[in-house]
Amino acid sequence: MNNKALPYLLLLPATLFLLVFFVYPFVQIAVLAFSGPEGFTLKPFQTMATHWKFQTTLWNTILLAAIVVPIQLLLALSMASIVTKLKTGRNIILYIFTIPLGLSDLAAGIIWLAIFEQSGFLNSMLVGLGLTERPMLFLSYQNLWVIFVAVILAEIWRATAIVMVILVSGMGLIPKEYYEAAEVFGAGPWKRFLKVTLPMLRPSLQTALILRTIAAFEVFAVVVALGGTTLPVLMGETFSWQFTLTDRHVAAAYALVILAISIASTLVFLRVLRTPKGATV
Amino acid sequence: MSDTVSVDAPRPVAEINAAGRFLFIAGIVLLCAWVLVPIYFLVVNTLSSPQEVAGFPKSAIPSFDFGSLQFFLHFKGVGWALWNSVLVAGLTMALSIGIGAPAGYALSRFEFPGKASFRMLVLMTRAFPLPLLALPLAVMFIRVGLDDSPIGLALVHTTLALPFAVLITFSIFSGIPLELEEAAWTLGCNRVQAFSKVVLPLVMPGIAASAIFAFTISWNEVFAAAVLTVENRTLTAFLLQNLSVSPLHLRFAGGAALVMPALIFIFAVRKYLFAMWGIANR
Repeated sequence: MNNKALPYLLLLPATLFLLVFFVYPFVQIAVLAFSGPEGFTLKPFQTMATHWKFQTTLWNTILLAAIVVPIQLLLALSMASIVTKLKTGRNIILYIFTIPLGLSDLAAGIIWLAIFEQSGFLNSMLVGLGLTERPMLFLSYQNLWVIFVAVILAEIWRATAIVMVILVSGMGLIPKEYYEAAEVFGAGPWKRFLKVTLPMLRPSLQTALILRTIAAFEVFAVVVALGGTTLPVLMGETFSWQFTLTDRHVAAAYALVILAISIASTLVFLRVLRTPKGATV
Repeated sequence: MSDTVSVDAPRPVAEINAAGRFLFIAGIVLLCAWVLVPIYFLVVNTLSSPQEVAGFPKSAIPSFDFGSLQFFLHFKGVGWALWNSVLVAGLTMALSIGIGAPAGYALSRFEFPGKASFRMLVLMTRAFPLPLLALPLAVMFIRVGLDDSPIGLALVHTTLALPFAVLITFSIFSGIPLELEEAAWTLGCNRVQAFSKVVLPLVMPGIAASAIFAFTISWNEVFAAAVLTVENRTLTAFLLQNLSVSPLHLRFAGGAALVMPALIFIFAVRKYLFAMWGIANR
């Protein structure tokens, strides 16, 4: 077989697949969002933007991401530092830390429901310790902030693992000599972390932040499991416009909003955390 | 902890180290508890009778009553949903490895014009919220008769899993020296024989790991599954649809049914998780 053609033949299925099921559908979303029965129109966007839920929905989603992602980054950095320092039991600790990575967001929502529901474990503990007399109804529209906190906890619990895995792999790529050199010059552990680990970890931090932020904008099943539709988020609204309200065009408009904030945040991370030229290992 | 430091010979450095060590271990224990305790609560609820699940206060020790689990397994639609989940995940696994592994091999073995653009296309999928693809594809699938079918959903899940499959197989193939293949060529093998006799046995464990990873991605996916299936719901879509109407013990047993296979999957692929992200960073 001709060696020149071989790599293209091998890439052909994957390329075709991505063109048909990735590039084309995203074009279709844009077409859907800007079209109605009579052709091109901005009506889906008007319907979306003037709906009373839209502002709350957008704000909730962005606020959730803004709270969850930084906490996850800090937590994952500590977990990764701990893991890289471990000598005995490293594998078992690593496995435990990565467990949530394999869990569905729906499962995570249900798990935290077991804690926060009225007859759940949090209430059992509060009553058991004598802090409250009767079990409280946490997840209701009267306690919107509790639903918010529960979603934040569930998201941090579920998705910190992926950030940690990326950071652990990144730390594995940093040459030992850098730390030894820093130690020779008298840098303590904290200084080594700030001056060696963090700068060298830049590409991993970038990957982790991009992935996590986009996933945070897609938060859906956790919210539904914990609060139903009481706490509206973008993905949930997309879903209900598609089904309950059966307007594909408005659903597509919502999708474009999610897409827009995802791409915007990706571009910000690409710019802010870019690796300086010639500074690779 | 044993406290053997004598009073008249203080050793500050050792003490600081001991305190640091204690904090370090306490931190590890705390973090492990943070991950494991919520899962334990789910297990407790699953292994309690329906009355206990709705009752108050909760005991932290399960009564090992299988009432909830039996109720879940006999609930109308659960068996079908489980089967659909396995079917869709199996199809996703086959598709993403079948399409992704050749691409990974090409990226690891050849230098050719267009390589950078292909990598760009694969990496670009990360900047997009992929479950949204289900919206336009729902329309397209109705047109071609793939609506509400396992294969239709598997195609969407493959879009999610394919970038990972390409990147993982790329890193696995890159770990096999080209010299091994070349040696086989000089011994009279052609390209296909060299691949199947020398490379394939070496990469099989890694390929299996990325296949399991693809399976897990599909098994866990909620949004696209809920959008694209109506009669043939997967387990996630089924649970999501019934969340607001089903009793608590059904939800918890369903959650456990989602979690348990995933725990095993992650255990199976744990070695490869880090290798794959190390390479995916670049």
